[in-house]
Amino acid sequence: MQISSRELDKTVIFDVSGDIDLVNSPTVRKALLREVREKRTPRVVMNLSKVRYIDSSGVASLVEGLKASQDVGSRFILFGLSTSAREVLQLSRLLKIFEIYDNEEQALAG
Amino acid sequence: MERNEDLNRGLLLKLELISNPSLLCAVRGAVERLTESFGFSATECRAVTRAVDEALTNIIRHTYCGRADQPIEVLFRSVQRQADPESAVGLEILLCDRGPAINPEQMGLRALEEVRSGGLGLHFIQQSMDIVEYNRANGTNRLRLVKYVRAPQQDVSS
Repeated sequence: MQISSRELDKTVIFDVSGDIDLVNSPTVRKALLREVREKRTPRVVMNLSKVRYIDSSGVASLVEGLKASQDVGSRFILFGLSTSAREVLQLSRLLKIFEIYDNEEQALAG
Repeated sequence: MERNEDLNRGLLLKLELISNPSLLCAVRGAVERLTESFGFSATECRAVTRAVDEALTNIIRHTYCGRADQPIEVLFRSVQRQADPESAVGLEILLCDRGPAINPEQMGLRALEEVRSGGLGLHFIQQSMDIVEYNRANGTNRLRLVKYVRAPQQDVSS
């Protein structure tokens, strides 16, 4: 898995590629919590269009990012979910909990 | 780890690995290919792959407490179910480890209505498979997962 970030106005976009599983979900969690809790970025966006697989620990990292953003009053947005990623959020009954868009343009306009 | 000759009946694939999380990706790749060739739909292939991945993750995290050098064996067998002719063929997956016994009460599912970060793996396994059974014998934990191949839906409109 690879994760990089871009800054755009008051938004940070994380571009993630590969699988988010037990090995690398702590990296995702750490990056998210640093951005949300420490840097207090008003809007954090996750580009998941190149993520093929997310396991339960990956979902847990996203939930932690969401909860942290709710705690500090910022926005946490996902876009570009693969079928597999959408399925695990559906199975977790989290699809309606997250703010999700199809693509980056919609995510930034939302 | 498993010496029962019955386990060789219908055997398709046997994986012996150590409890290193970096191997999860390789196992997912093998399960994806196996389920495709077994005749599952794309959705079912993802479901079975997810269940095996989550079961292995649980063994690594909880049974072996993160130790990366412990033995795990995964057997994939073709099984028949006589009772239901519409889903007579299934893929049985046995995940065996030599960790301490699991307390079945710790395998309880949490309510999904509560939005929190842990405890999702067992849900994914239960929702993905037709049969999920755990037992322990001779110092080995054995998780048995079965997924049956669904017969194509009949077109009833014509």
